[in-house]
Amino acid sequence: MEIKIVEDAFDPWFEIQQFQAASEEMKGKYGATSIFVGTMRDFNEGDEVRGMALEHYPGMTEVQLGKIISEAMKKWQVIDVLLVHRVGALFPNDPIVLVAVWSSHRGDAFDVSRFIMEALKSKAPFWKKEILASATERWVIKNTDGYKK
Amino acid sequence: MSIKVRYFASLKEIVGRSEDVLENVGSTSVIEVWRLANKKVELPDNILAAVNMEYVTLDSVVKEGDEVAFFPPVTGG
Repeated sequence: MEIKIVEDAFDPWFEIQQFQAASEEMKGKYGATSIFVGTMRDFNEGDEVRGMALEHYPGMTEVQLGKIISEAMKKWQVIDVLLVHRVGALFPNDPIVLVAVWSSHRGDAFDVSRFIMEALKSKAPFWKKEILASATERWVIKNTDGYKK
Repeated sequence: MSIKVRYFASLKEIVGRSEDVLENVGSTSVIEVWRLANKKVELPDNILAAVNMEYVTLDSVVKEGDEVAFFPPVTGG
């Protein structure tokens, strides 16, 4: 398991490649890799969004993410998990979060990816403040339900 | 010994500071920590609390040396 909280822009595809290349023990063992990348939009709730400030609680963020991933690794057959989350000043099209899951079979990879993202959305102490085109700022009040259609 | 109190995001803006240090409080509860640190501001609805980086309820016990945090619902990812 690897958890990275990064202040600068990151390339999720590079992160995956690097992690996979460094994991000698995974080679030949995984048959499925599930990738989720959350990216910043330039719109929200009918408004144009120009930027975002992402705050977190250093220390508690890592504790909570570690618990979520450990719970997933107990519940499902998972070989490894890489989680990268951005903080600081973001702009539209910047990747915000990467969850990559390696497992023997696709069912576990898909399920764990979803489980980690939904748990992160409700438990990991991150907060977004949007900077709108009108130059006003507003806090995002709550995350939407990922299962709501 | 002391209790460190931390505030995040919109709550930090409401109280106007990011942390407080309470001296010689002894054993108390999370809600009492809020009242001691914020005499004029009621704890807003829907605020979450953590002690030593674990989620807790407002009636949970707080001891000297603990770090208590108050913050709004999380919005990461």
